[in-house]
Amino acid sequence: MVSVDAQAETEMPTVTVDGTEIEVPDGATVLQACELAGKEIPRFCYHERLSIAGNCRMCLVEVKPGPPKPQASCALPATQGQEIRTDSEMVKKAREGVMEFLLINHPLDCPICDQGGECDLQDQSVAYGRGGSRYHENKRAVTEKYMGPLIKTIMTRCIHCTRCVRFSEEVAGVDEIGALYRGEDMQITTYLEHAAKHELSANVIDLCPVGALTSRPYAYEARPWELKKTLGIDVSDAMGSNIRIDARGREVLRVLPRNNDDVNEEWLSDKARWQVDGLARRRLDRVWIRRDGKLQPASWDEAFGMIAAAARGASVAAVAGDLLDCETMFAARRLMTALGSDLLESRQTGMSYPVGNLAGVNFNTTFAGIETADAVLVVGSHLRWEAPLLNVRLRKAAKRGAKIFIVGPYWDTTYAAEFLGDDASILHDLPDHVAAAMQSAARPAIVVGAGGLVAGAHGPALALAHAWNVVRDVDGVRWNGFNVLHMAAARMGALMLGFARPRGIADLAQAAPAVLLSLGADEVDYTRFTGALKVYVGHHGDKGAAAADIILPGSAYTEKAGTYVSTEGRVQFADKAAFAPGDAREDWTILRALADALGVSVGFDSFEQLRSAMIAEIPGLGVDGLVDFGPLPAAESAERAGGTIVYPVKDFYLTNPIARASATMQRCSAELLHGENLAEAAE
Amino acid sequence: MSIAQLVKSFTLWEFLKAHRLTLKYFFKPKATINYPYEKNPISPRFRGEHALRRYPNGEERCIACKLCEAVCPALAITIESEPRDDGSRRTTRYDLDMTKCIYCGFCQEACPVDAIVEGPNLEYSTETREELLYDKAKLLANGDKWERAIAANLEADAPYR
Repeated sequence: MVSVDAQAETEMPTVTVDGTEIEVPDGATVLQACELAGKEIPRFCYHERLSIAGNCRMCLVEVKPGPPKPQASCALPATQGQEIRTDSEMVKKAREGVMEFLLINHPLDCPICDQGGECDLQDQSVAYGRGGSRYHENKRAVTEKYMGPLIKTIMTRCIHCTRCVRFSEEVAGVDEIGALYRGEDMQITTYLEHAAKHELSANVIDLCPVGALTSRPYAYEARPWELKKTLGIDVSDAMGSNIRIDARGREVLRVLPRNNDDVNEEWLSDKARWQVDGLARRRLDRVWIRRDGKLQPASWDEAFGMIAAAARGASVAAVAGDLLDCETMFAARRLMTALGSDLLESRQTGMSYPVGNLAGVNFNTTFAGIETADAVLVVGSHLRWEAPLLNVRLRKAAKRGAKIFIVGPYWDTTYAAEFLGDDASILHDLPDHVAAAMQSAARPAIVVGAGGLVAGAHGPALALAHAWNVVRDVDGVRWNGFNVLHMAAARMGALMLGFARPRGIADLAQAAPAVLLSLGADEVDYTRFTGALKVYVGHHGDKGAAAADIILPGSAYTEKAGTYVSTEGRVQFADKAAFAPGDAREDWTILRALADALGVSVGFDSFEQLRSAMIAEIPGLGVDGLVDFGPLPAAESAERAGGTIVYPVKDFYLTNPIARASATMQRCSAELLHGENLAEAAE
Repeated sequence: MSIAQLVKSFTLWEFLKAHRLTLKYFFKPKATINYPYEKNPISPRFRGEHALRRYPNGEERCIACKLCEAVCPALAITIESEPRDDGSRRTTRYDLDMTKCIYCGFCQEACPVDAIVEGPNLEYSTETREELLYDKAKLLANGDKWERAIAANLEADAPYR
């Protein structure tokens, strides 16, 4: 890829593409030059985010000066005065020839291929290939390879573009997929046919230009033209990855990443991609009331009546879950305010870091920014499990030469990093070479993860940030190197909406509310609220529902429109992809109806009114993009970090109620993390 | 009244002329047939009731590619699919709404494996509307019933495809 910084300083070569003269950035390839000129160049192996392989030969063009033969444009640098032709007879013949060679061994089984309808080979053979085949000999056949519960292989269809190999090596940083043998006998395989085990493995499905690697959970489910495509935001981690939700009817069939260079580039974690089959299982689709210790079906009116009776003149509190949109939380806040309560909390597990200034708990560097850091101190975060795509960014930084230090138990980083020990107290007494590296860095960055926050590392890390002066101007651009990495998609939004008490959830327990409104909160220790009537508004029958006295069925993230704020403070809006099952309603409508039952006014009757009320109170939530939280707060000097850091994620694939309900995620967990051999069962 | 008219009138000329026409058709071959005991021949390309065919070994042909569903201009076809136990791609549901179908024959044109065909049968009227909502079992049963006629028609039409 062309580096953006390099463009301005150096000379821009001028080339002619099909008679049009254009200037291209220095270091651009002929293919990129043609794209700049608006010419489509067919390709299979070339991919913007991977290294150049030049092995499919589909991007042939005619270039003068040069040898009198077509040249692979993806691997040829554009130089001053080049004359490029993409529409000549030679190019047309070359493309037809390459396509014919590729189709020699590619089976013509498009009708049973899941890639059919979204296949590069299919499209390009229609656009650039010959009408018919002249090949009558036997085709090559390749044995299947097992690549785990997410990737289905039909290796006979492979055209050896090696995108999957390059992705594993370069982006994921795991040497899992490789090529064996040469020429026609070449085979793509995982080493020793183990399942692909990293958290981004399913991205090779998108990368594969043919149907060799397809999705196992989605196998034979649907055709691309049947699906309704909705733009959404992922909630499986706090990155706010941009996704496209593909649904047929009310069933969400798959999730694909959308391009967003600032957030997820074009990758997506396996959990974000495949937890959606949990949306059809263990759903709360009717009202339940606990009678005589057992949950029994009930009507909305009964439930509202019980809540109204319990809440009359008594204290109420609300806990926000991890997957919520801002609108739901705002509606809950309005309801609580109308009832005269300010007992709002979102940090379910009991964390209580100071949130007076949100710049102190934000990922200030931004995800794209941390790529350019040259020294990073990670405090208590298992990045691969807490934010796999952030780990990809850190890997890029490490490849550029950044020094990375990690406080916390060992995990496989996929890049060179130094582990400084499990004890968080090392922050008060860092080894000299670490302090020196951080001090001498031009762009130092600190990342405090959930494990660090629990161990009290927030204050000390903030003190270090001030000591190392991580907020500075670098080349005239503001650099803020202090970062907190949250794990809940709802967390930043909740903090902006004031779902935070000074002492965390302990404040709520101490207030002993008569009614506890739980908005999809599944990680709370409900034994601390034995006296309260626990009302659970949520979508899955998980821990929260098991502890609840009244269950009001709500919507999951694909079933409601909403605003999400990622851990870097990026406000993003997601659309509704499908309808919730049964009696389940969109969360804000439940809270609106509950307000009527309680005889209070919340001041909105429609989603639009709710949104405008929310934006009026917190203007930041109305603008797509990064929220400016202002300068970094001063460190609270009294706080001392201590104790062994424990990462909160015990199982990457089962971190939220949707994923826990998902058969695919359970399978991944059993096979990839706990080593159960399910390979035979798959066949 | 002229003399010619007078003669015609008295000789019942028009009556005789009508009788002549009647007798002419009486001895001509009949245009009608004794349906349903007699039936007209139909073209091998006739687009009648649908059927899902099987291979000679009994395996169903349909591979759930959904091309017929996609091409159907009346949206009469609904298909759901999943991997069968042996891993092959098969339909779990193949519904054809015969009340929506416009008998254009696009489905059989689109089918890559000659699974869905419009057979020669045109006598499938029903007493209720629901009976015209065909499912996979009904279509496969049609295929079994009409296979010989369908195969003969396909063979007869093959040189022109």
